[in-house]
Amino acid sequence: MDNFLSYLIDPEFLYSVFRVTTPLLFAALASVVAENAGASNIALEGIMIFSALFGAIGSGITQSLTLGLLFAICGGLIISLLLAYFALYLKTDIILSGIALNTLASGGSVFLLYVILGDKGSTSALQCLTFPTINIPIIENIPFVGEIISGQNLLTYIAFIMVWVVFYLLYHTKLGKYLRVVGESPQAAESVGLDVRKLKLTALLISGVLASLGGAFLSMGYMSGFSRGMVSGRGFIALAAAAMGMLSPVPTMIAAIIFGFADAVSNILAALRIPDEFVKLIPYLVTIIGLIVFSQIRSSSEKKRRKKVLSST
Amino acid sequence: MRKLSFDSKFEIIRFSVAILIALLLSFIIILLVSDTPFLALQKLYLGPIENLRRFGNVIELAITLSFAGLSIAIIFSSNEFNLASEGAFYASGAVAAMFVLSNSLPAIISPFLSILLGGVVGAVIVTIPAVLKKKWGASELVSSLMLNFIVLYFARYFINNVFKDPSAGYNATYLLPETAKLSKIVSGTRIHSGLIILIVTVIACVLFMEKTKWGFELTQVGRNRQFAKYVGINTSAIVIMSQVLGGFIAGVGGAVETLGMYTRFQWQSLPGYGFDGVIVAILAKNKPRYVPIAAFFLAYIRIGADKMATSTDVTSEMIAIIQGIIIMLVAATAFLSNTRQKMLVKEVRNNG
Amino acid sequence: MKDILRMENINKIYPNGVIANNNVNFSLREGEIHALVGENGAGKSTLMKILFGIEKPTDGKIFYQDEELTIDSPLDAIKYGFGMVHQHFMLVESMSVAENIVLGSEPGSSWNLDSSIQEAQAKEIIDKYHFQINVKEKISDLSIGLRQKVEILKALFKGAKILILDEPTAVLTPQETVELFEQLRILKAQGHTIIFISHKLTEIKEICDRITIMRDATNVGVYDVESVTKEEISDLMVGKSMDWNIHKTPAISGDTLLEVKDLTVLNEANIPTLKHVSFKLHRSTILGVVGIEGNGQKELVDSITGLTKADSGEILFKNELINSMSVNDIRSLGLAHIPGDRMERGIAADSSIEENMFATYTNDNKLVNKNFLKTKEINKWSNNLISEFHVKASSSNVPIKMLSGGNIQKVIVAREFTSNCDCIIANQPTRGIDIGAAKFIHKKLVELRDKNAAVLLLSADLSEIKSLSDSLLVIYNGQFVAYFEDASKVSEEELGKYMLGIEKQTELEIKRCER
Repeated sequence: MDNFLSYLIDPEFLYSVFRVTTPLLFAALASVVAENAGASNIALEGIMIFSALFGAIGSGITQSLTLGLLFAICGGLIISLLLAYFALYLKTDIILSGIALNTLASGGSVFLLYVILGDKGSTSALQCLTFPTINIPIIENIPFVGEIISGQNLLTYIAFIMVWVVFYLLYHTKLGKYLRVVGESPQAAESVGLDVRKLKLTALLISGVLASLGGAFLSMGYMSGFSRGMVSGRGFIALAAAAMGMLSPVPTMIAAIIFGFADAVSNILAALRIPDEFVKLIPYLVTIIGLIVFSQIRSSSEKKRRKKVLSST
Repeated sequence: MRKLSFDSKFEIIRFSVAILIALLLSFIIILLVSDTPFLALQKLYLGPIENLRRFGNVIELAITLSFAGLSIAIIFSSNEFNLASEGAFYASGAVAAMFVLSNSLPAIISPFLSILLGGVVGAVIVTIPAVLKKKWGASELVSSLMLNFIVLYFARYFINNVFKDPSAGYNATYLLPETAKLSKIVSGTRIHSGLIILIVTVIACVLFMEKTKWGFELTQVGRNRQFAKYVGINTSAIVIMSQVLGGFIAGVGGAVETLGMYTRFQWQSLPGYGFDGVIVAILAKNKPRYVPIAAFFLAYIRIGADKMATSTDVTSEMIAIIQGIIIMLVAATAFLSNTRQKMLVKEVRNNG
Repeated sequence: MKDILRMENINKIYPNGVIANNNVNFSLREGEIHALVGENGAGKSTLMKILFGIEKPTDGKIFYQDEELTIDSPLDAIKYGFGMVHQHFMLVESMSVAENIVLGSEPGSSWNLDSSIQEAQAKEIIDKYHFQINVKEKISDLSIGLRQKVEILKALFKGAKILILDEPTAVLTPQETVELFEQLRILKAQGHTIIFISHKLTEIKEICDRITIMRDATNVGVYDVESVTKEEISDLMVGKSMDWNIHKTPAISGDTLLEVKDLTVLNEANIPTLKHVSFKLHRSTILGVVGIEGNGQKELVDSITGLTKADSGEILFKNELINSMSVNDIRSLGLAHIPGDRMERGIAADSSIEENMFATYTNDNKLVNKNFLKTKEINKWSNNLISEFHVKASSSNVPIKMLSGGNIQKVIVAREFTSNCDCIIANQPTRGIDIGAAKFIHKKLVELRDKNAAVLLLSADLSEIKSLSDSLLVIYNGQFVAYFEDASKVSEEELGKYMLGIEKQTELEIKRCER
């Protein structure tokens, strides 16, 4: 047990928390943007699978990081565009479309992998690139803190910058305002001639790009190369994080870090000879508990408010 | 013959066009990626009826897909997006295997109890997200997806540690006793007596949905929950009931699959049958009576795809793309809506 | 004066087959206030939705200043200078007045929204038209009257020359209505043209120049308001003189059936919408509750029928406390309910007529045998009801959404009236349906009363509720403000004053309803 606690304050462990939070944070922010515009993006998982695959293949073939990233984003956008087309234009239930696209992406990625590389498991045949780690001057020299914050992957920093970007977008730009209007009251948007469908499309595309960055991190940062099953439900955990963060960027970031923490803890436990299965279920268990606790807090504060109003009449 | 209503006439057209588009898409993809496109197409479309054994494979898969489809159809009838059937399939398969390995009950009794136990396990698992939603308002979609992974790893622990056969050479349980297994009923194939259990289950589901008070109430809850509340239906009880039932069927399906198809339990990841169930249920419009047909269709193209993969350079996963497109088109309410509107205007004007 | 706008031969068939506009012509003169009247379902809202680009006409042409327009979306309509104030406000509640007014045409940089410029511009337009409203306030904190002003300002900010107001006074208090009319006169003086949708003939007489009357999806006449009387307009609207002509004997009030004591209910936003309300309902009587929509009627009905739980107070039915009973238990005690929101709650649109009728009979031994449906009996029973209640449908298996409003209501009534009920809560039972169906439902209500049942009738139609009710309660702002023991002895004008909160009886007078 002592051993376990000492792991928790180990800078290496805390460093890994941010590392594993990165893909979750991208995907959770993707969900925040989509949900604010009233379009549930359940296809996050599929978007991450496709972007991870396309990024790995793109960087492997072109040997260019930029092109690899571009490929990753295009891969993710294929799925978001399909989602937008079916949900917004053909009026398929958006949740069903999301479920269908996740299945499509998990099978389709294997199909593409085989067509392109003749391998059904991973991109190990290719020399895939990864994003560099960045040492932050001055901070890197601060003991403890420097070890945690400095030297992270470029995309990890971008993920945290994106929290601010999404916040600014939603609350300080016209587009962001319109997205929130469409999400809160599509009728109000229509009444002033805003194109609800186009705005939802925009939200889904932004959401797609954000989730694609998460996918790119998985195959071009967290790992080098794509392997089957590497997204392993992160898209779904991200949905939970966004829900707990009440669709607001900063609280969502905190929720994502909590889940990242659980994920990182499971990595330590693996080192402590706890059976692999129990280790692996921790992040999911924490997510469900988090979801319950959050929903409980929300509903009890609602009840309190009701009681207060009643006693004052 | 009864005259088809305007809506059913239009539904049939829409359905056919959706399937046609998907088939056309498969045609194009194969032309693009294959060196032997015509062989691939032949194997995809005709592979399953080349011989009895392979047609048997279609039926075997259709049995499992039907259970999954019935489970999801009943769950989705309440308009709840609970996907825990996926985890239920895994867990009940594992529990069924562990049960038959830990006792030596005689034939018939052993599989019977094992399948029943599988059903109960499935019911419990699928009900959890519904209870979480009822009690705390947690989204059933997200919590069921998380639950699937929890169930997977929890059950897998016992498979890979407690019941693991070290001599198997891979992660799997000991050999399942012959007394526990479902007998083969068609020689030359692996079609097993699970088919009979399925037929009974389909009939029971059809009767339940179409002839009982609960099925009626469930249908109304799914169509308009406000209306259901107003007419006095206990909507939360009905919702929970549908999850229990759907979970039970998924559980039976998992147990039947294990005892009918395998010599050991060896699943290391989620089998995907829960999601397949969504495809089947959507194709069947959530109606149990159409589930076997939809499951047969899906099993047919899956086996065709497998056959194609073994004989040509196109992988079976291609079918995932086709499936995805079919479901989204079938579920698309605005798909061909302009055609519908034109047909309707004509019909209204013709009738005065 | 010449026509500024013409709509010619407009047709609209909705996807469910309902014909909402049938060769409608409509024209507008510059600078006038033009009333558009008709009963619910007459097609006036559809016509205006077409003009504003929300609905597309099946066919027809629109000319503005002699130029043919294609209006594909509200954006086009706004571009041409049309503005619409909807009956249900289209505001973003979490945002401020200024943010709502400038919505869609925000001044300043798109990538760095500046609230001070927005507020300044909103203020400018507010001052120009002499409104009084704080631009920083959140919409969710505003009264209904102020919200409506924000809606009007929203349209004006976008340069609307033609304003469409959809039943603007339905939700307003009398003072707010007076203010609105002053505002409209200012707008008219500044050269705006206004389409005023309403069924309040007094108001139309007061403020409008011309009137277009619609009935059954067609235009049945255009007049100068001064040249027609209210009676003539009313006749045109309903097709014949609207004397309900209900035959009923004087009520012989029986035992107390339903008793409501000190009932308080909060709505979803935690605002108390029903405040300490008490009354008694006796057998063999029809008690009317009249008021402008949104004054607590919904909460009253929902808490009696068990759909929402009362936050405090007691509801006794047949001397049993039913506060915390389920809807089903309350129904089994003999309480039936015709809901006000017919399409949202009264039916399951995708279900057949038969399924909709059967939905409250799942415990009936004649139709259900130990939880198994007796399919043949149900079919026979539902077909009998269809003919007994004159529902126009080819068979009981038709999806109910294919029926007209009147026929849908008959299905609901058939279901509710035959369930051996002792008490029926009828909320807007004849709203938006044809006269034949309405009269049929009135007859059935009186029949029930004469069979010793009690009826609680809620309606916004004054002449209906006056002629149908034995006694009458007026509800305003979540409380009863008047009680009339004999409904026939009160005039509509008098009721109006109570409904608008201008007058209120003494506590003692109101308390008579608790006897």
